[in-house]
Amino acid sequence: MPDILKPRDAKEVEDAVLWALGNDKALEVAGQGTKRAIGRPSQTDMTLDLSGLSGVTLYEPAELVLSARAGTALAEIEALLDKNNQQLAFEPMDYGPLHGLAPGQGTIGGAIAANLSGPRRIKAGAARDHFLGVTAVTGRGETIKSGGRVVKNVTGYDMCKVLAGSWGTLAAMTDVTIKVLPKPETQSSVVIEGLDDPRAAQAMAAALGSACDVSGAAHLPDHVVSYFDGLPGAAAATVLRLEGVAPSVEHRQAVLATLMKNFGPVSLLDEAQSRALWQSVRQVKPFAAPAARERPLWRISTAPSKGHEVAAALTPAAQMYYDWGGGLVWVAMPFVDEPDAASIRAVVKSLGGHATLVRAQASLRASLDVFEPQDAGLAALSKRVKEGFDPKGVLNPGRLWAGV
Amino acid sequence: MPPADGAVLARREAIVKALRAIVPGEGVIASAPEMRPFESDGLTAYRQTPMVVVLPETTRQVSQVLSFCHGEGIKVVPRGAGTSLSGGALPLEDGVLLGMAKFNRIKDIDFDNRVAVVEPGVTNLAVSNAVAHAGFYYAPDPSSQIACTIGGNVAENSGGVHCLKYGMTTNNVLGCEVVLMNGEVLRLGGKHLDAEGYDLLGLINGSEGLLGVVTEVTVRILQKAETQRAVLVGFPTSEDAGACVSAIIAAGIIPGGMEMMDRPAIHAVEEFVHAGYPLDVEALLIVELDGPAAEVDHLIERVEKIAKECHSMTCRVSTSEDERLLFWAGRKAAFPAVGRISPDYFCMDGTIPRARLPEVLAAMKVMSEKYGLRVANVFHAGDGNLHPLILYDSNRPGEVERAEDFGAEILKLCVKVGGVLTGEHGVGVEKRDLMPVMFSEIDLNAQQRVKCAFDEKGLLNPGKVFPVLHRCAELGRMHISGGKLPFPDIPRF
Repeated sequence: MPDILKPRDAKEVEDAVLWALGNDKALEVAGQGTKRAIGRPSQTDMTLDLSGLSGVTLYEPAELVLSARAGTALAEIEALLDKNNQQLAFEPMDYGPLHGLAPGQGTIGGAIAANLSGPRRIKAGAARDHFLGVTAVTGRGETIKSGGRVVKNVTGYDMCKVLAGSWGTLAAMTDVTIKVLPKPETQSSVVIEGLDDPRAAQAMAAALGSACDVSGAAHLPDHVVSYFDGLPGAAAATVLRLEGVAPSVEHRQAVLATLMKNFGPVSLLDEAQSRALWQSVRQVKPFAAPAARERPLWRISTAPSKGHEVAAALTPAAQMYYDWGGGLVWVAMPFVDEPDAASIRAVVKSLGGHATLVRAQASLRASLDVFEPQDAGLAALSKRVKEGFDPKGVLNPGRLWAGV
Repeated sequence: MPPADGAVLARREAIVKALRAIVPGEGVIASAPEMRPFESDGLTAYRQTPMVVVLPETTRQVSQVLSFCHGEGIKVVPRGAGTSLSGGALPLEDGVLLGMAKFNRIKDIDFDNRVAVVEPGVTNLAVSNAVAHAGFYYAPDPSSQIACTIGGNVAENSGGVHCLKYGMTTNNVLGCEVVLMNGEVLRLGGKHLDAEGYDLLGLINGSEGLLGVVTEVTVRILQKAETQRAVLVGFPTSEDAGACVSAIIAAGIIPGGMEMMDRPAIHAVEEFVHAGYPLDVEALLIVELDGPAAEVDHLIERVEKIAKECHSMTCRVSTSEDERLLFWAGRKAAFPAVGRISPDYFCMDGTIPRARLPEVLAAMKVMSEKYGLRVANVFHAGDGNLHPLILYDSNRPGEVERAEDFGAEILKLCVKVGGVLTGEHGVGVEKRDLMPVMFSEIDLNAQQRVKCAFDEKGLLNPGKVFPVLHRCAELGRMHISGGKLPFPDIPRF
C-alpha cells in the first residue's frame, strides 16, 4: 500500500507535485478512488488523495453554473442540485458497484477526469460538454487555469476538453466549474418487446431520427433483460425515454408509440417505472450483480447502427446490452481470466470506434491494452501532449498507455 | 505580427514554383491583384497581402503543401470563407495562405447514425440544406451561416443564437480528419461518441487554425422541432429584461433562443427592417420556444406570465411562421443595420455572467461618453454572450484607435465581472494582446505547449491568439528545485 498524501488546499497540491518532481516520485492521482481499478496498473510511489479538497464554492441556479473543489463528493453536488430542481444533465454513471464498491461514491473531479456520462449522452453530452472551467496542477508543478464560469467561451485553447477523460494523467484538478441544467418535470418510456438486436437498432434509429426528442434509447436483449428494473416482461426490450413538461411528454409518447408499432408490440412505462429502468441502464446493473462481478467487462463506443454487429463477432456466451441508440455496448465476457481482447479489438477496428476494458484482473490489465490502441501518428501526438503537461511522468504514469 | 522572414521572401519565386508542382493550374495564385480578395477577413481593419495563395483540392495536396512548408520553414495561414471577425485568417507577408474553399463536397449523409460527413469548405447553411428534405438540420447557426464554412466553424468553435439549448460547434462535431504542420494526416473520432484517449478533437475545436488543417468533419444532425414560436417582449429597463431571462431559466425553461437588444440597437434595426419592434422600450427580448405544439404552447403561457411579473411593457407572441421570422429578421440584421447608421463599426464579443448585465451596460454608457463614440448592444441573453457594436468613422483621424481602446475597455470589464474576452468570435489578432488580462504567463505557456505538441516549429498561423510565441525548446525546459519535502504539514497516512 503506497503512502497517501492528502492536501487540504490547491497550494498543497502544487507542493506535493513539486516534491514528487524533486524526488523522482510518481503519484497516483485519486479522488475517492472509486475508479482505481480502471486502467493499466500504474507504478506509483504515493497516492495524491484529492478528496480533502471539498466543498461547493459557487452555485447560481439562475446562471446554470456551479463551482466546486475537485474532491467534492458527487453525491453532495447532486443533492444540492436536486433541491433546486436542477441536475447534471450528463447523467454520470457510477463505476463503483461494477468493481464491488458501494454505490454513490466518487468525486466531481473523478467524474470529469473519466469523462463520465449516462443514457442522456445522446442528447445532452458527456462531462466534457458541461465542463466550463478548471484550475489544475500540471505534472510540471504549475497551477494553471482555463475556461471560466460562462457557457460561451472561446478564449484560448479549450484545455477543459483535454483534461476531461485524461484519467488524471495530465494534471491534478483542484477546482472545477460546470454547467448545470433544470431537471425535466417528468418522464415516461416507450417499450418495444421482442426485437432482435439488428431490428432494435433500426427501431432506435427511427426513434432518434424522429422529432420526439428521445433522451434515452437502449436495447436490452432477453438474456439480460431480467436484471433491469421497471420492466414488466421477460422478453427483449427496446426502451425509449421521453423527458420534459407533462403535456409534451404525453404528446410525444403517443406519437412515438404509433411510430414504434411498426417494429413490434409496444407498451408504456409511467414515470416511476421509467425512472427505475433508466437508473439501472445508467448503472450497468446486470454486470454489477454479484454473479457477474468478477467477469471482464468491456465498454465499446461505435456508430449506433453498427453496435449490434459486435455480438456476431463474439462467443455466444458473452452477455451484452446496448445504450446510446446502439452506439454504446456493454459486454461481459464469460470467463474471469479471458477478456478475449483479440476478438474485441478486431471487431471494433472493423466497425470504427473504441473499446475500453473497464473491468479485469490487474494482471490482465498489465499485459493487455485497457484503452483503445492508437495508430502510430495519434499515439505519438498523445505522447507529446502528455509530455507538454507532465514531462517527467509524475501523474498516473502508464495508466492510459505504456510509456505515456 | 511576427517579423517577416527575409530569407523566405527572397526565395519567393522558387517557393511558388514548388507549390505549383503540388497544386497545379489555378490552385496557386501569386499575382498581387488576384491575391487582393484574400488580404483580409471579416475584421477589415487589418489587411495584409500574403506571399502566395494556395487552393488545394485534396487531403494529399494539403499534406504535401504543409510538409513542404514545414521542411522549408515557411509559415502557413489556413482560411475558410474568411468571415472571421477577429482576424483569424489574416495573411502573413511571408506566409502561404491556404484557402480551403475547394473542399466543398458533402461526402456522406447518414440518417441512421444522424451524422453528415462534409469537407471543411462546405458552408454551415449548406449542411442544413442538404439534410432538410428529411427534416434534419445542423444546430450551430452563426449569423454568417450563409457564407461561413464548417472548417472555419471548427477552428473558431462557432456558436450562434441556439447554443444555450443545442451547444456550440465543439458539442456537435464527432470527428475530423486533420493534417498536422509536418504533413501527417490524422483521424480523430468518427461516427461514435467520445474520444479514444485524449480529447484532441476538443482541442482542435476553437484552436483558431494553430494546431492543424481540418480536411474532413463529421457533424451531428438533428431532427427539426415540430414547432417554433417566438415571443417579443419590451421592458422599461435592461434590469427588468435581465431579471426576466433569469426567471425563465429559474423556472426550468431552456428556450431554443433568447436574444436581447438595447435601445440603440432596437432603433437602428427597426429603421432598417421594420420588424414592428416597439421603440419606447429600453430593452427588447426575443424568446423562442421549440418542440411539439403542446409543449411550445404550454411554455409560451409560462413565459408570458413571467414577463408580466418582470414589468414587461409589450409582449407579442408570433402567430405564424412569417411573424416568427419577422421577429428574428430584426435581430439577424442587427450588424448591417448598425452598418447603415455608421460608416464603420467594431463588433465586440465578450461573455459575462448574465446577472452582471445591467452594471456592464451602465458602465458602457459612461465609456461611450468618455470615448465620444456610440455603442449599440445585442446580446445572446441565455448564455451571457454580449456583442457591443462600437460605431466609428475610419476617415476621422484617431477614431479607429479610440474605438479599439473603447473595445478593449469593454472586454477588460467583461473579465473583471467574471466573464471572458471572447464568446464565439475568437481571439485572433484582435484580442491577442488582451490575453494576459485573463491568463497568467504560466497559463499561456501551458496552452503553447499544446501548440508545440501539434506544431513544434510554430509555423501554423503564428501571430494569432498568443501575444508572445515562445520557442518550444524553451517551453519544454524544466527547472526542478527540491529534494526536500516542501510541505511538512500536508497530512500523510
